[in-house]
Amino acid sequence: MSTATVSGPDIDSDPDRLRLRGQTLPRWAPLAVAAGAVVVSLLIYLLTPVDSEIQIVLMAALLFVIATTVVSTVVEGGRRARDRFATTLVYTAFLLAVIPLVAVLVSVISKGAGRLDAGFFTHSMNGIGARDVGGGIYHAIIGTVEQVLLASVLAVPFGLLVAIYLVEYGRGRISRVISFFVDVLTGLPSIIAGLFILAFWVLALDQGFSGFAGALALAVLMIPTVVRSAEEMLKLVPNELREAGYALGVPQWRTILRVVVPTALPGIVTGVMLAVARVAGETAPVLLTVFGTNLINSNPFSGEQSSLPLYIYSQAGQPQQFAVDRAWAAALVLIIIIMVLNLVARLFAGRNRLK
Amino acid sequence: MTTEPDSSADAAEPRGAATATAPPEDPPPAGGPAVAAAGKARVGAADLIFKNLTRTAGLGLLALIAVIAIFLVLRATHALNANTGNFLTTEEWFPNATPPKFGVAATLYGTVVSAAVAMIIAVPVAVGIALFITVYAPRQLSSVLGYIVDLLAAVPSVVYGLWGLIVLAPHMKGIQLWLNDYFGWIPLFSGDSVGRSLFVASVVLAIMILPIVAALSREVFLQVPIAHREAALALGATRWEMIRVAVLPYGKPGVISASMLGLGRAMGETIAVALVLPASFNISAHLLSPAGNTIAANVANGWGEANDIGRGALIASGLVLFIVTMIVNIIARAIVARRREFSGSSA
Repeated sequence: MSTATVSGPDIDSDPDRLRLRGQTLPRWAPLAVAAGAVVVSLLIYLLTPVDSEIQIVLMAALLFVIATTVVSTVVEGGRRARDRFATTLVYTAFLLAVIPLVAVLVSVISKGAGRLDAGFFTHSMNGIGARDVGGGIYHAIIGTVEQVLLASVLAVPFGLLVAIYLVEYGRGRISRVISFFVDVLTGLPSIIAGLFILAFWVLALDQGFSGFAGALALAVLMIPTVVRSAEEMLKLVPNELREAGYALGVPQWRTILRVVVPTALPGIVTGVMLAVARVAGETAPVLLTVFGTNLINSNPFSGEQSSLPLYIYSQAGQPQQFAVDRAWAAALVLIIIIMVLNLVARLFAGRNRLK
Repeated sequence: MTTEPDSSADAAEPRGAATATAPPEDPPPAGGPAVAAAGKARVGAADLIFKNLTRTAGLGLLALIAVIAIFLVLRATHALNANTGNFLTTEEWFPNATPPKFGVAATLYGTVVSAAVAMIIAVPVAVGIALFITVYAPRQLSSVLGYIVDLLAAVPSVVYGLWGLIVLAPHMKGIQLWLNDYFGWIPLFSGDSVGRSLFVASVVLAIMILPIVAALSREVFLQVPIAHREAALALGATRWEMIRVAVLPYGKPGVISASMLGLGRAMGETIAVALVLPASFNISAHLLSPAGNTIAANVANGWGEANDIGRGALIASGLVLFIVTMIVNIIARAIVARRREFSGSSA
């Protein structure tokens, strides 16, 4: 614990007299280098026949990283230069990643907003060809809502029971095996869920395409998410609550249903909403099981339906501009729905956080 | 891989047997051994029913996996028996012809290559984002950015596909030409023409899995004990040295498993790839040529006109994808299981 005391009469008046810190770059230096890199790249863009914006951005990033490191090596020395290098890399990675991600949102909003009017929500695609203006997503919204609701009705109670088993009863090998396969199911590609329902429900049982078949496929995808989030939340419930229940002579099953689950409920609801938001955007399983239609079919148990992701997929695949415009508008609606679900789920989680 | 679900089906089937054997191995309820003795005769029945209900649900989950495997295998064998080519080595895909000839080689190649290139692009950038959010950004900004990354991870893949097809693909032409001009001596970047290639699909996939990997890595980095970071800084480490000695070693298993989950996503991704790639069935080392296909995209593209054998063939290829993604996931899980305390897989 001996401290090397640096004592000097005038250390306060001249803190740098002892040269405890090496030469450092001023704070504005990285910004200046960045500005320089951008200017140089823009000059290249204007003066040479390089025609891709992506290249210019990459070039500016590269110039920035190299120049900062070189300047830093010269002025500050090796260790600090390596630190600078890492810092610039991290900043550049962040900026480079933000560009496409923001670009996705910006293009969806700018290209989608044009077609968003009341008619878009109240009309189906009945009688609308790819070359026609008009048409809407009424049938797709009905399909998405019904399929996702049915999937939740199937998956949530089942997933909750599995989670209760894993947390409250599960000991030994069976629960470890179940827990393992929950993880396997988490990684199941969505198209496999679609293929399974296609092979099982549509072909083997010969039930035909329907919204319900789609709901089955979505439920397969929802179950692991619900199990995992419910499991995490049930684990957070303090053991004292369970013990208090037992001490009052309440049987275990009533303790679980009346004390443990209600305590964890806000977290479980959040997990369910996130799962709903995820499956609402799934295209592949719905494509294989619901088939898609241009008509309004509000009965999920018979006949083809549509859904928002499916609608986007089918419209985007057509070369006509009107169809592509409809795809963008539907994409905007889908993103808004999913974002709202996510935000509400997270706000809910934030407000009711378990202590 | 198929033997495991089979055995679990056996376990799931005799439901009564589980009920019968339950009482002797009835473990004391969590933290309350006193309750087990009190009034066992009266409350036992309801407790037993509820316990077995939850256990049945758990076993039902195993049965579900078994059923998935069994039905995929059943449908696939039907088509595989009719196949006149070697399923694993044939590049062509003519399952609807008579006689049917198809193989998974070309699509499996496309799946692996596009996912691998996507990983090479996405993982370093995602780790950079996670480091930026957890270490570099100011505190208020970092929580907002964390939210935004989580939200971006929820954007559906069909939207990325739409964007990749209409916005990104035209912009990628320049950089592909440039790579072709200056790095054409590397076989990967050679070829006569560029267009909607495996490379473009990989970039779309990379952008798609970026938020997922970043969100999971961020969670892992957040769990690095503050004391470790402060100790490194107190010893005079620069910020990068602190990251290298404290953050990265602690977060490595979590980052690897996050990347594996991203890899699983990338390989299973259907719609984004189906929209971007022109479907073609040949194995070509030229990443930039407008060609290529993946298993998942082939299912989405090909199943509309598929006849009975054709559907079976698609299901067979789906089975291959299932097995490959399962292996990836098991590896990811094994890595996380070695250091249990930060499984980032709950998002």
